[in-house]
Amino acid sequence: MLPLLSDKIAYNGAMKILVIEDDREAADYLQKAFGEAGHTAHVAGDGDSGFALADAGEYDVMVVDRMLPRRDGLSVIAGLRSRGNATPVLILSALGEVDDRVTGLRAGGDDYLTKPYAFSELLARVEVLNRRAPARESETVYRVGDLELDRLGHSVRRAGHEITLQPREFRLLEYLMRHAGQVVTRTMLLENVWDYHFDPQTNVIDVHVSRLRGKIEKGFDKPVLHTVRGAGYMLKAA
Amino acid sequence: MGLGLPAIMKTTAARLSALYLLLFALCAILLVFYMTSLSARMLLAQTRETVNEEVLGLAGAYQRGGIPVLVRVVGQRSRQPGANLYLLADPNGRILSGNVQSIQPGVLERDGWTELPFSYERYGEIRRGEGGSDEQGVAVPAVGHNAIAVVLRLPNQMILMVGRDLGEPERFRSVVQRSLMVALGMMAVGGLLIWYFVGRRALKRIDDVSEASRRIMGGDLSGRLPVTGAGDEFDRLSENLNAMLARIAHLNEGLKQVSDNIAHDLKTPLTRLRNRAEAALSGKKSGADYREALDVTIAESDQLIRTFNAILMISRLEAGYSAEPLAKVDLGPVVRDVIDLYEPVAEELGVAFSSEASGEFVVGGNRELIAQALSNIIDNALKYSAGAVEKPAVAVSLERRDGEIRVTVSDNGIGIPDEGDRQRATERFVRLEQSRSQPGSGLGLSLAKAVMDFHKGRLDLLPGNPGLSVQMAFPGSKDE
Repeated sequence: MLPLLSDKIAYNGAMKILVIEDDREAADYLQKAFGEAGHTAHVAGDGDSGFALADAGEYDVMVVDRMLPRRDGLSVIAGLRSRGNATPVLILSALGEVDDRVTGLRAGGDDYLTKPYAFSELLARVEVLNRRAPARESETVYRVGDLELDRLGHSVRRAGHEITLQPREFRLLEYLMRHAGQVVTRTMLLENVWDYHFDPQTNVIDVHVSRLRGKIEKGFDKPVLHTVRGAGYMLKAA
Repeated sequence: MGLGLPAIMKTTAARLSALYLLLFALCAILLVFYMTSLSARMLLAQTRETVNEEVLGLAGAYQRGGIPVLVRVVGQRSRQPGANLYLLADPNGRILSGNVQSIQPGVLERDGWTELPFSYERYGEIRRGEGGSDEQGVAVPAVGHNAIAVVLRLPNQMILMVGRDLGEPERFRSVVQRSLMVALGMMAVGGLLIWYFVGRRALKRIDDVSEASRRIMGGDLSGRLPVTGAGDEFDRLSENLNAMLARIAHLNEGLKQVSDNIAHDLKTPLTRLRNRAEAALSGKKSGADYREALDVTIAESDQLIRTFNAILMISRLEAGYSAEPLAKVDLGPVVRDVIDLYEPVAEELGVAFSSEASGEFVVGGNRELIAQALSNIIDNALKYSAGAVEKPAVAVSLERRDGEIRVTVSDNGIGIPDEGDRQRATERFVRLEQSRSQPGSGLGLSLAKAVMDFHKGRLDLLPGNPGLSVQMAFPGSKDE
C-alpha cells in the first residue's frame, strides 16, 4: 500500500506569494488555494499595480499572468529585473504558441505554465521556485535520511550500501533529492531530467520512478520515494 | 454596360486609358514641335542659300555689263515663274524693275539681310486679304506673301533686292499642324477603342471576380472564382484566391470537426466526472471513499486537460505560426532521448524494443515538438503491438533515404490493414474501431501529423509485415 501523502505534504515554511492575474475568479481561487497550502498570497489585478506591489514588497515567489490589462506580464517582469528585483517568477499563460515558453523565459521568467493547468502542478512548481528554499545547487553530497548521493563521485548509497544506478536514474534521483521534501510533478521531472517540456501521454515517468524506487527501496523497510496522488512524487525520509 | 461617365471614370481601365492618352498626346506634340522647328530652320537655311546664289549670279551680270545688264537680267529673271523675288529701285525706293509690285515699307532702307519675314505683293496676282494701297499709292502690302530678302546698295545708290518667298516652309508648317491634329484625333479614337476592347474586357473579368466573391461571402464557401485558362494575371489572381478559399474551407472544416469532436469527446468524460461526483455525494460514505472519488476526479480532470492541450497544440501548429525561426536540430539525440524515455515502459509491457538511431541527422525544426510527436508515435506502437501474434516488438530507426531524413517506428501488432483507415488514422479524434478499447485521447497521431506538417515533412502510415510502420519524413537539410 502506497502512503497517501496528499494531506501530509510538508512545506518548507509558508511563502509570501504575489499573484498578478486579471481574472478575478482565478485570482481568488489561487489566493484561497495557496492559503490552504499554508502560504500567503496577495493579488494584483493588473500589470501596473502588480509591478508596484512587487517592487515594494518582499515576495518569495510571483505568479504572473502573461496577458494583463494596462501592462503586459512580460513587461512587468522585465521591469522588475531591470530594477534588480530577482524574485522568482512563474509565468502563467493562456497562450501556448510553439515558442511562447522561450519568449517568457527570455523575458526573465523562471518557469512557465500554460493554462489550463492543475493547481497541484502550479503549487509544486511555485514551491520549488521559493526564493528562500535552501540552494542546494552547490552541495556536492545530497542526504535524505540514510540515502546519500555523491554528485561528484556519481555514487549512491543507502545505509552504507552502494546502489548502482543508470545515468538517467542517477539524474532522476539527483533532482528528487535536490528537492527533497517538495512535491515534484511528472512534467517537472521530464523537464529537468530529460530536458523536454511536453506532457508525456502515458505513465512513462511513473515507470522510470518505479524502477528507481525498486533500486533504492528494495531491501530497506522505510520508503523514501513517495507518490503524491494527483500531483507527483516526493523524496522524504519517513 | 450601363455605367454613367463618372462610374466609367472610376474604373481603373478608363483611368489608365485616359492617362496613357494624355501622355502619348503630350509626347507627340513635343516631338512634332521639335521636328517642325528643326525642319523650318533647315528650310530657311536652304532659302538663304538660294538667295545668295541669285545674288552671286546678279553680281556676275553687273560685273559683266554694269547697271544696264543687271537691269536686263533682273527683268528676265523676274518673268520666270518661281519663288524668287527681284527688285531694283532708285535711291528713293521707287521700284524700277523686278517682279515685286509693292513691299512692306522700311524693308528697302535696311542694307543686308532682312531676316524677319516681310510681306510683299507680286505683279500679276490678284490681291488676297483685305490690305490695299494706301492713299499715297505706295503699296501697303495686304496679307500677301511673306518672304526674306537681301538688300544691296549698288555703287550708283540704286537698290537691288533679291529674296525668296516663304510660301514653301509655311505650307510645310501648316501640313505638319494638320497632320498633328489628325494624329491626335486618331490617338483619341484609338485610346477609346483600346479602352473599349481591352479595358472593358478586364473590367468584365474583375466584375466576374467581384460577383463570385460576393456569392462566396454570401455563404457559398464551395464557390470558386472563374479561371479562363488564359494563364494571365487574372487567372493567377483567381487561382491564388481559389487556393486561399480552399485553405479557408479546409480550416473551417477543421474547426467544425474540432468543435463537433470537442463536444463529443469532452462531453463524455465530463459527464462521467459529474456522475462520479454525484455518486460520491449520495449515500453513506467513509472518508476513504470520498478521498478515492476525489482522486479519480483529479485523474480524470488531468486527462481532460491533456486532451484539451493536445487540441490547442494541433490548432496552433495548423495555424503554422512561429515567431522563432526553426533551429537546427540533430534528430539523433532527440530520437535516442525518446527511446530512453520509453525503454522502461516497453520493458514493463513485455515489448521487445529495438532501435537503430546512431549518427547525426540535422533538420530545421523544433526539438520539443519532434520529441513529442515521436513519443506519441512510440506510445501508440507500444500500445498496439500488444495485439501481436508473436512476441510484441517495436523497432525505431533513423536513416537518410531519398533526400529525406526518416524516423520510422514499426510494430508487429494488428496494424491497420485498410488503406483508407490508415489515412484516416491521422485525423483528429479518429480512433479506429479496433482501438476503441485502448485508452488515449485519439489525438496522438493527429498531433504528430500536425508537427510534421509544421516541419514541412510528412507523416506516413505504411503497412508493416505484420503491423504498422509510422514514418516521420523530414526534408533533408539544404546544406547536405
